[in-house]
Amino acid sequence: MAVNVASEWLNACSGCEISILNTGEALLDLLAQLNFVHIPALVDSKYFGPLGDGTSLQIPEAVVGIVSGGVRNSEHKHVLEEMRKKVKVLIALGSCAAYGGVPAQANMWKPEEVFEKVFRGCVTTNPSPNPEDPNVPPWTPTCQALDEVTKVDITIPGCPPHPDWIADAVMALLAGKTEWKLPERSVCDTCPVIREKKSGGGPIKRMLANAEFNPEEGIDKMRCLNEQGIFCMGPVTLAGCNGKSGVPRCIQARTPCRGCFGPIRKGAKPMVDMMGALTSVGLDPKTLVDRRAIMNRYIGGHGYLTVIPARPAR
Amino acid sequence: MGKVINIQPITRIEGHAKVAIHLDDAGNVADTKVHVQALRGFEKFCEGRPVEEMPRTVCHICGICPWAHHLASSKAGDACFGVTPPPAAVKLRRLMQSIAYVSDKILHFYFLAAPDFVIGPDADYSVRNVVGIVQAAPDIARQVVKMRHLGAQILESFAGRAIHPTLSLPGGVSKPMTEAERQQMLPLAQELLEFSKFSMQFAKDNVFPKYLDAIKNIGVIEVGYLGTVTADGALDFYDGKLRLMKPDGSYDDFTYEQYTDYIGEWVEPWSYQKFPYAKQWGQLNLDLDNPTGVYRTNCLARINVADKMATPLAQKELEEFRAAFGRPAHFTLLYHYARLIELLQAAEHAVELLEDPEITSKDIRAELTPKAGRGIGCVEAPRGTLIHDYTCDENGLITKVNLIVGTTHNNAAINLSVNQAAKLCIKEGKYDQGALNKVEMAIRAYDP
Ligand code: SF4
Ligand code: SF4
Ligand code: SF4
Repeated sequence: MAVNVASEWLNACSGCEISILNTGEALLDLLAQLNFVHIPALVDSKYFGPLGDGTSLQIPEAVVGIVSGGVRNSEHKHVLEEMRKKVKVLIALGSCAAYGGVPAQANMWKPEEVFEKVFRGCVTTNPSPNPEDPNVPPWTPTCQALDEVTKVDITIPGCPPHPDWIADAVMALLAGKTEWKLPERSVCDTCPVIREKKSGGGPIKRMLANAEFNPEEGIDKMRCLNEQGIFCMGPVTLAGCNGKSGVPRCIQARTPCRGCFGPIRKGAKPMVDMMGALTSVGLDPKTLVDRRAIMNRYIGGHGYLTVIPARPAR
Repeated sequence: MGKVINIQPITRIEGHAKVAIHLDDAGNVADTKVHVQALRGFEKFCEGRPVEEMPRTVCHICGICPWAHHLASSKAGDACFGVTPPPAAVKLRRLMQSIAYVSDKILHFYFLAAPDFVIGPDADYSVRNVVGIVQAAPDIARQVVKMRHLGAQILESFAGRAIHPTLSLPGGVSKPMTEAERQQMLPLAQELLEFSKFSMQFAKDNVFPKYLDAIKNIGVIEVGYLGTVTADGALDFYDGKLRLMKPDGSYDDFTYEQYTDYIGEWVEPWSYQKFPYAKQWGQLNLDLDNPTGVYRTNCLARINVADKMATPLAQKELEEFRAAFGRPAHFTLLYHYARLIELLQAAEHAVELLEDPEITSKDIRAELTPKAGRGIGCVEAPRGTLIHDYTCDENGLITKVNLIVGTTHNNAAINLSVNQAAKLCIKEGKYDQGALNKVEMAIRAYDP
């Protein structure tokens, strides 16, 4: 018997959903076991009924609810709460849902400052008042992860999550489990590069030049990027971006990790831990440019990124 | 004022929007509005970030076309640092963009748009979707999933991340392609090309003939078009000059740096999405009978502004298309046809690039030294011309960002098309699910 699933995207980019579609032919077998009663990306189920004359926002009941994206406005909140009411198991899909994600970098400013820029501070925009209309939901004070608003049962992090884990979590649910979690390992634990526990020192390098490597050789012959002096978040980032096997995705492109899977465990202090990791290979964390934003790029919810009282002039 | 029909969420599109159709007392359409409800504020939170981190940050604007943002941002970065990426880097960027295009167009045609055409616009909503497609045409569905997966595999095996990539940076790309990789990818790209040819033929035999009527019913709006062409007028997804065509087919060509002379953005109180308009054609006017300043982007726009396609099979299809619909072609549903012509060009271009041994050159990145400056980078995203405009300080940290993304250009036109479709489909208070879905089809054509 197929299981009813409802899915929504909130402050999201649709990458999480595309990641599911990239699963390949296994997708069709998985889909056969799921019955999507609501998924705006693919199915025409409407909040106000098929004739648009309902009076309250409705999502059909389902066993599993999958939500991508964080909460950024009153409607996201409303939809999330409605979803929570209608499903037994709520899955937060992706790092926006899990931690606020990239858009939570906006938490470094007050909403007014963001609106000021967007509607009155862009070169091609006719300076105008902020949009205000019953159909344009106002911003919430910050961009939040789902569990800051309601109870979440399962979190599948990643930006986007790897389809292996999405399938794994859904399969676990179908098998009657109610919990699912990625193992607590770091990206470095799954990274095959050569490590010597020391770097050449000097200021931390920006990606103004490429890493050093021989392209004819595998990743296992390349020196660790942190040890090359290039900032890499691997030490404090949850492993899994490569799915069940393979090289961490950014490392595959010979580029450093920026932490898209979030911290290794709940409540971790990735910024503090990362400074420790840099120091341990002989790098000075103070030389890292744009330190706060770069270390919290994907996790700005949960109070990790907040308004700095007075931004120092650069 | 009579009642309001709320179509929310608009489905089988990517993103958050609702349509409100306001009826008068007689039940006829008095007004329509497409409310875009999401705003994330990238223009603000990119301030202070290092320019070289931008391509891997702004791609998160859209998970469907991350490569377009990734590359427009890299090009803006090239310009900020004042460097020209080596030829092989440009070829690798183009290759990744082409493969991503192919995946995107296959997705849109078969999974998002086809349910309306293969299952039928009036079918019950429970079957009018991809699952319906899987049941109605299981072999094709399997093939589509396989091809999309193939595209993702090519991107992932080389670039690591297919969604929100990190491969491209100001100055070039992060790694070269080896000869072994080239030889592995070439047959895969050829397979994508074969499937693209099949799709074009399949649509011409089985889909387009049936919906020629629908094309006329859902409407025609005569507005302008924007797209990118090479110096000799061929359609190019990655680089060239911008061409803004008037509804009558005459046009202006301009450079990226001149875009602020031609494009302005209007703000309406009822939508977070801005309304770009052609500044030189007067004020923006969203009156269906007399629209001014409105232009469209995305595939139909590109097919209209280009003198020719850049590859032979696509060119053949363009000739056939023009013979049937003229230039510029205004019917909104022709977007679907134009999309497949572009699918061919993208697939042909990918094969072409992989047949070129220069793509394996090890010279792939210009070295960068931070300096103050401004850089404007554009590419054609699947949904339209993407403009990234960055200003940075002497340390190469962003001080100002202006972004106009593909779909935004179509905001005014989508509002017009919805108004038109609603007026055609809803009369004297009579409407059903099918009628409301046809209003949404007017939006889906733009693939917003
Ligand atoms: S987690 Fe990443 S892929 Fe998913 S919605 Fe957020 S930005 Fe997009
Ligand atoms: S720091 Fe980066 S390159 Fe080094 S082992 Fe960890 S993930 Fe790999
Ligand atoms: S390497 Fe880091 S940033 Fe890159 S995909 Fe993996 S977890 Fe995400």
